[in-house]
Amino acid sequence: MTDATPKIRIRGLTKSFGPKRVLDGIDLDVMPGTSCVVIGGSGSGKSVLLRCILGLITPDSGSIEIDGVDILALPARRRESAIEKIGMLFQNGALFDSLSVWENVAFGLMAAGRRHGARMARAEARAHAGRVLEQVGLDPSVGALSPSELSGGMQKRVGLARAIASQPDILFFDEPTTGLDPIMGAVIDGLIVDCVRRLGSTAIAITHDMASAQRIGDRAAMLYQGKLIWQGAASALLNSGNPMVDQFTHGRREGPISMELRR
Amino acid sequence: MNAIFDFIAALGRAALNLVRMAGAMALFGLAGLSHLIRPPFYWRIFLGSLVEIGFFSLPVVALTALFSGGVIALQSYTGFAQYHVQSAIAGIVVLSVTRELGPVLAGLMVAGRVGAAMAAEIGTMRVTDQVDALTTLSTNPVKYLVTPRLLAGTLALPFLVLVADILGVLGGFTVSVVKLDFSAPAYIAATLATVKPIDITVGLAKAAVFGFLIALMGCYHGYHSRGGAEGVGAATTSAVVGASILLLAFDYLLTDVFFSQ
Repeated sequence: MTDATPKIRIRGLTKSFGPKRVLDGIDLDVMPGTSCVVIGGSGSGKSVLLRCILGLITPDSGSIEIDGVDILALPARRRESAIEKIGMLFQNGALFDSLSVWENVAFGLMAAGRRHGARMARAEARAHAGRVLEQVGLDPSVGALSPSELSGGMQKRVGLARAIASQPDILFFDEPTTGLDPIMGAVIDGLIVDCVRRLGSTAIAITHDMASAQRIGDRAAMLYQGKLIWQGAASALLNSGNPMVDQFTHGRREGPISMELRR
Repeated sequence: MNAIFDFIAALGRAALNLVRMAGAMALFGLAGLSHLIRPPFYWRIFLGSLVEIGFFSLPVVALTALFSGGVIALQSYTGFAQYHVQSAIAGIVVLSVTRELGPVLAGLMVAGRVGAAMAAEIGTMRVTDQVDALTTLSTNPVKYLVTPRLLAGTLALPFLVLVADILGVLGGFTVSVVKLDFSAPAYIAATLATVKPIDITVGLAKAAVFGFLIALMGCYHGYHSRGGAEGVGAATTSAVVGASILLLAFDYLLTDVFFSQ
């Protein structure tokens, strides 16, 4: 295990917005085929971390390696090609509301800018989208609907279907259970675990839902004030021995983390 | 003394901001145009925008042009009748409509209708992460969202202005013949004798520039909107105000280039 190349290897990643340092020297390894859950309070920089890896935000310094290649050092075209291996489930689904559900699911497969694998024709893509919708527990007939006609849980599933449709090596989940009832949250977590296992993907999920973190993750890390203050097995989250992690996972008001309450 | 320095500093900051924004818009427009020659091109989005701008703006542009042509005929009649030069009315109507009112009024109407809609649509996509989702699905958001709209705006507005030209002249004709008792054949003859091809072509060229500017403002402000519903609202306002001001400024510049000799 020690000599294997991590699927994702991050070193010294920093990013500031104005005077606020959101990421402050992040080091993180995610081994192939494992799931890493990043927990942390709102505004702790979790989303920024994922966006840096996806190339949506350019970090100030540091390196991000995918399969041993530093994607920040690559020219734009090759970086896009590397990032194409990543599927992303956005927090609120981010479904394209001008397109139908099946067009959303098959969007990446029909994308003309697609580099890995041939571009699918519409008929073929539609059939494929139906199969992917079944994998996330939706009837293929849902494909004809518009995203706005779906409930929150169904939108999450469609978002998941869109993320996994091109069978990516790497999957990112941004707060997959936020805004869902506990049962639907557990269902989505189950689907995520199934999908990751079936595809053999490497996953990073960010969440502040402890139950979800333990269901999805093999490993866990906690982000606080731009630094990863703890890394360990996800099963150890509730008794990590780290007072900050303990306070966070048990939701205690008193402890080393004082919420900065500002008007 | 400090108050004076503060005032000058504020002026300088405003000027720098203006220059910075103009530069950012120009670069954004160039980036959008550069995707025209780099395939793929998103025909579906282009045709959708073309229909939205060119077809669904027809009623509002047509009515505006029709009434404006009529108003010019009435206004110039009240002025010119004192000097007994009513015969110039047909020429006044056709020149003001083809050179100025057609392009400017159609442009302002489309800026309010389409520029705002573009800013709201792209802005909503931005604040709901749909723009970022495009990137994660192997699709360049500028190529997908901006380039087809810029082209559609540039091509659709000349068509609208051609319609506005015809209806503006028709408005003037109707008022002159029905209300002011002009002879119809004489009015038509005077119109045709006054208007030259260059008047119409320059009007259409202006329209193409205006169409590009309207789409650019809609896309730019939508693309850079942030902060939820309020941000999208602000982007929509900026798109319409920015497009209207730029349109009139470019109208002056183009008029100066084409007609001042």
